[in-house]
Amino acid sequence: MNFEMPNFALAMPEMFVLGMACLILLVDLFLNERSRVVTYLLSQATLVGAFILTLSLYTPVRELTFSGTFVLDPMASVLKMAVYAVVFVMFLYTRSYLQARQMFTGEFYTLALFGVLGMMVMISAHSFLTLYLGLELLSLSMYAMVALQRDNRVASEAAMKYFLLGAMASAMLLYGMSMLYGVTGSLDLGEISRAIDEGEIERMLLVFGLVFMLVGVAFKLGAVPFHMWVPDVYHGAPTAVTQFISTAPKIAAFALLIRLLVDGLGGLQSEWHDILVLLAILSISVGNIIAIAQTNIKRMLAYSGIAHAGFLILGVLSGTAEGYAAGMFYVIVYAVMGLAGFGMVLLMSRAGFEADSLEDYKGLNQRNPWFALMVLFIMFSMAGVPPFIGFWAKLAVLQAVVASGLIWLAVLAVIFSVIGAFYYLRVIKLMYFDAPADEARIEPGRELAAVFSGNALVILAMGLFPGALMAICIQAFAL
Amino acid sequence: MSFEQIVFYFFSAILLLSALAVITVRNPVHAALFLVLAFFTTAALWLLLEAEFLAITLVLVYVGAVMVLFLFVVMMLDINTSTLKERLGSYLPVGGLVAVLAIAVMAAAVGRDHFGLEQYAAPERLAADASNTRMIGEQLYTVYLYPFELAAVILLVAIIAAIALTLRTRPGSRYQNIDKQVKVKRDERLRVVKMDSEERK
Repeated sequence: MNFEMPNFALAMPEMFVLGMACLILLVDLFLNERSRVVTYLLSQATLVGAFILTLSLYTPVRELTFSGTFVLDPMASVLKMAVYAVVFVMFLYTRSYLQARQMFTGEFYTLALFGVLGMMVMISAHSFLTLYLGLELLSLSMYAMVALQRDNRVASEAAMKYFLLGAMASAMLLYGMSMLYGVTGSLDLGEISRAIDEGEIERMLLVFGLVFMLVGVAFKLGAVPFHMWVPDVYHGAPTAVTQFISTAPKIAAFALLIRLLVDGLGGLQSEWHDILVLLAILSISVGNIIAIAQTNIKRMLAYSGIAHAGFLILGVLSGTAEGYAAGMFYVIVYAVMGLAGFGMVLLMSRAGFEADSLEDYKGLNQRNPWFALMVLFIMFSMAGVPPFIGFWAKLAVLQAVVASGLIWLAVLAVIFSVIGAFYYLRVIKLMYFDAPADEARIEPGRELAAVFSGNALVILAMGLFPGALMAICIQAFAL
Repeated sequence: MSFEQIVFYFFSAILLLSALAVITVRNPVHAALFLVLAFFTTAALWLLLEAEFLAITLVLVYVGAVMVLFLFVVMMLDINTSTLKERLGSYLPVGGLVAVLAIAVMAAAVGRDHFGLEQYAAPERLAADASNTRMIGEQLYTVYLYPFELAAVILLVAIIAAIALTLRTRPGSRYQNIDKQVKVKRDERLRVVKMDSEERK
């Protein structure tokens, strides 16, 4: 047999994160409660180190190794760096929350790092096998993290639902993959793409596999009609974990979508285009309308996340490099806004009290005008009001949709965004025009307050200068 | 019908029936045993596909190890199946209809007309001396090195998750501290009380 030695250097970031995660697992055993902070610092150092390694490996070309199961291209590098940055900020946010709830343990950090590894594997996958293994690595870590507070009934229920529905979605994805393997005879995305382009395979069989795979991907993205788990899991999980599962994994899910549909099944674009249109319309409409009826802010943000997933799909369905770049821009921006959105809940919570009801935000302006201003930034950005970054993200996606000739779809998306603006503006109304229901002082730690303010200001700053990130995203698809 | 086909249909029928029985029988121990039967028949089908190593691994690992543990757990848990069954009736019509429709659509899409032996020929038979185990070994540690390592990481995460979710030190639990027991001195256990003698009443 002929076997080419893999170029291990390309997978340095993966190996580094894996090694560090195992090291942290061991070091944590020898730490007592007071020195637990070492685990935290090592985890942050891992993310910084991985960022530097990925940056140093950045190449403008596409490189394959490990017998074609691993790919390193600009999109992979950028998305990986976005994942590290998002998880880094998530760790900053959640430290005090975890300490106040006896969750500041080694498991949280090692599971999160293994989740990061799973995302990296998905982002760099070039075969059905690695895509699936990365997805499972990420999902298993997330199921366990949701259930970490095992005496909490709501969290256990959320973890159970997440696990069962996630297993179903994985089964669907695998079934679709097995069909495509059956007809193309390969797991390698490049080989599959070539087999489809040759045009000798019956379309019906390919579409059959495609549909099952899309069900699995839509579930992971939280797109309607596979969204049922999202509100329950976001609501039931500890807020720190919700912040994790609602941000970075979406970036990985975007990579999954691009790898499967563009790298693997690019030849079936006319087929998956219509399915994505349906998923996008349903997600944007259902997400935005049901969010209005929510009184729990975590559930509201969950439905808002569903609507954002719809917008993300809008970017991909145009089938052009501009569209993919717009989708990538959208997912990174969504991760930044999602961090801030759940960061807001973390900020208002204190030991023994979760600020997850809309009532808790009444009269925030009188209690703390600075935080109220920051929340205003976040809500405006999520609603897509200029000059915040959320506006540019929506604009880029809609431009791609219009350029592909689907003007009706763009109009529909705008109408539902306007409907959606209602529930974001309601939060602002509660903060500025209602009397506070709870007069307790908001006393987040200095670190948490600084991270939150920084995050909200970044949303404003990126909105004022969106060009740099957009250029990076366009560069990623310039191949 | 060739002998191979007869064997295939025989085991396939048992596989489907036992899989159905897993989810319909009342007794959870019977369900676990039907699952064992399903694994056995699957292994037989894999043997037909010349995947001897995988077939034997399935029997050894799943039937020998996993299902035995499973049976232990099922016997230890006191599951009241009657309450579980009550809600089945209300879901059965809709669920059954969806299942029948899904099977019909799938059969139409990937039936013999589209996915039969005419379109996709059966793979060539291997030579009599071909070693299944050797081929898997060669592939696993070369071409599939990266996925193989990832599978190991997934198992590690499963171990971490299982321990994190089940290991608990209860504050009220009583246990022996051998070190303390050995080091104990007479003074700590024995107290000599001096008291004046009293007159018997």
